[in-house]
Amino acid sequence: MSVEKPVVSLADLCSRYEGLLVPDERQGFEGYLISPDHLISFCRSLRDDVGYDYLSSVTGVDNFPAEQMEVVYHFYRTTGGPSFNLKLQVSRHNPVVPSLVPLYPGADFQEREAWDLLGIRFEGHPDLRRIMMWEGFEGFPLRKDWREPFFEDEAKPFKSRWPDGQVIRSEDQNPYKNNVRYPNDFDPEQWTPVGDDALYKGMLNLSQNIQSEFKTDQIVVNLGPQHPSTHGVFRMVVVLEGETVLSLKPVMGYLHRNHEKIGERNTFLQNMPFTDRLDYISSMSNNFGYALAVEKLMGIRPPERAEYIRVMMAELTRFLNHIFSIGFLLNDLGAFFTPALYAIEERELILDVFEAVSGSRMMCNYFRFGGVARDLPDGVLEKIKELVNDRLPRKLEEFERYLTKNDLVRIRCEGVGVLSPEEAIALSAAGPILRASGVPYDVRRADPYSIYDRFDFDVAYGLHGDIYDRYLVRVEEMRQSLRILKQVVRDIPEGPIMSGKPQYQARVPPGEAYGRVEGPKGELGFYVVSNGKPNPWRYHVRAPSFINLTSLATMAKNQKIADVVAILGSIDIVLGEVDR
Amino acid sequence: MMDEDRLSREEFSIPVELQRQVAIATLDKIYNWSRRNSLWPMMFGLACCAIEMIGAAAGRYDFSRFGTEVMRPSPRQADVMIVSGTVTKKMIPTIVRLYNQMGEPKYVIAMGACASGGGPFKEGYNVVPGVDRFVPVDVYIPGCPPTPQALLYGLIALQKKIDTESIKTARWYKKEPSVPIPIPVLGPDLIDPRDLSAIKERSQKKSQEEPEAATGDEEGIVHVS
Ligand code: SF4
Repeated sequence: MSVEKPVVSLADLCSRYEGLLVPDERQGFEGYLISPDHLISFCRSLRDDVGYDYLSSVTGVDNFPAEQMEVVYHFYRTTGGPSFNLKLQVSRHNPVVPSLVPLYPGADFQEREAWDLLGIRFEGHPDLRRIMMWEGFEGFPLRKDWREPFFEDEAKPFKSRWPDGQVIRSEDQNPYKNNVRYPNDFDPEQWTPVGDDALYKGMLNLSQNIQSEFKTDQIVVNLGPQHPSTHGVFRMVVVLEGETVLSLKPVMGYLHRNHEKIGERNTFLQNMPFTDRLDYISSMSNNFGYALAVEKLMGIRPPERAEYIRVMMAELTRFLNHIFSIGFLLNDLGAFFTPALYAIEERELILDVFEAVSGSRMMCNYFRFGGVARDLPDGVLEKIKELVNDRLPRKLEEFERYLTKNDLVRIRCEGVGVLSPEEAIALSAAGPILRASGVPYDVRRADPYSIYDRFDFDVAYGLHGDIYDRYLVRVEEMRQSLRILKQVVRDIPEGPIMSGKPQYQARVPPGEAYGRVEGPKGELGFYVVSNGKPNPWRYHVRAPSFINLTSLATMAKNQKIADVVAILGSIDIVLGEVDR
Repeated sequence: MMDEDRLSREEFSIPVELQRQVAIATLDKIYNWSRRNSLWPMMFGLACCAIEMIGAAAGRYDFSRFGTEVMRPSPRQADVMIVSGTVTKKMIPTIVRLYNQMGEPKYVIAMGACASGGGPFKEGYNVVPGVDRFVPVDVYIPGCPPTPQALLYGLIALQKKIDTESIKTARWYKKEPSVPIPIPVLGPDLIDPRDLSAIKERSQKKSQEEPEAATGDEEGIVHVS
């Protein structure tokens, strides 16, 4: 782990780049602007000399109608502290920026995403292909002048629907009577789809020079997109030599639901229910992150009781997510469904709590800017107390008794899918993956938000970075969540649950904000840019399970094919969040 | 299956020693009864709704009480495809292929708002507004996500539908082979092979109407700074 003292302070580095690095002085914005020519050398010093070793998020902003595209980077130190924001402005016609993959390999998928959706070309990226859409798709959907086939208006609420309440069927508005659009004079009979041959070929070439006594053939195998081990619609292309994986590439986008495009048409509050559908197993945590980002922009804080309720819901969610993911990890190890049944039993009890407070089991839509939607109904607090003081600790012990010392679990998990701490940081892994590799980085501690600074809890971390340590970290985190929950139910005050009056239309001043929480899967960040209108100008999600997948190839290299299934299970992905 | 008093009815002459032990029913009834109680779903989850499908399979709701317990990862062994989640353009070729690979008799349940009609994501550029644009759907289940109870209700509705079928008219006993659904192609946008000529015609008409490619109108958008 790199915890050496920074050689240079940030201020020193910035003054060294005097004139090349300009503070972003737009109202409500922070960070620095740099020109593309100096990006690489600056980032190298930033990483090596100042210790900003973790590139959390890379994304783009389209400043249409200005002829300008912006690339936004968020850096952190894994030793804790606030972020450093760096921005690049390039021409919109041909946006080219140097790729940061050589310095921060964790930028890999994020840069591909920015290329796919915004058309920003990253020079020096080893594999700049589309990631969410397919090769051959027309246009860059997140550009502001790109319109989806069912386009109705720039921003919601659509005039047709509100206040008059008419219904317009989008199909009737579209020339093809369907959710499609083709270039003018398009002849579908002449079209040859861009297949995956290039991908396969590239992968085979990569792994060609292996010396062996025997003449063996390498074969390409596709796992997914419909495969029971992939936890949804996800595909892994692996090159095999015998049963050993030589290289692996994830292919995703099968659940790309255009979260960000829809989010930029929605009003701020309309996005809240959409965040539920990101990581649909832990919707409350997603609400939390988005509420924090917008509250930062609005400059408000929720009242005490609401803060406690929020933490309570977020920690229940963490427990739920971890127990569910361990159940399904066991599925992947071959213990089909029985451990998952134990997990789901506890999950149902927590879902009952969610249903009581929010009205829905899974899609809670419970947080509001400046509070939560409604107070706890009668009897729910007692139920939660019973859960956190009695039922859940007991069941967690039981779960552990069956699994932790189980020989089969240990044989399958120990030493498999190892990720070293250096690799984990470089690949921008987050959450239990990062911590299991021995980097005790937890946003709740490193950059505390809400009221987490008031609670006693330990950051769980592992030493080996293998599947087994990831399992142990999750178990320990559940225990710590229960510890936090016990303090919450003890201390929760009475009082209002909303600051100010509830509003349908949040008034959000211009500016940018990055709200991040330690979600169950890792650092979940929302980057929101407002221009003072009722709709966000840019709305980007730093999705932990998407970025954690960057390290899958490293973990899977030279492992057996059957173990790859378990490794994927140990990353704990949810496709709604990976593809968004 | 049948009430006691309907066993061994008068109009059929059943030997005395077999009375109250032999049941008489139509062939259709037996045939449907055995099929409706062993609906094997394909193990195939798309999005959020799949989590509720797992919930319905687990202890509390337990849809195996209705004969649905065996989830099959292979389409060849499955009877019903529960489309549990948002269908995207990138995924629809696979879904159609899986549907084609399922053996008859086969049924489709569209679980949730997304599979039924696009749901909250309908306006998205990568979303198919309802799986029924490509595969025939037998039961639609509303909800986002439908609760496990709603899924159970949907399965019961499918069982009722099966009860009304007859061997004489079933499509899988027809002489002519069943025609597979053409698999959509990923082009500049999703191409439905059944629509080729219409697409060609309309895209030419469109280019006559608006020779310039449509671009965003500038009004209403204000630069951030
Ligand atoms: S209907 Fe709702 S819950 Fe189901 S897949 Fe669609 S968004 Fe998810």
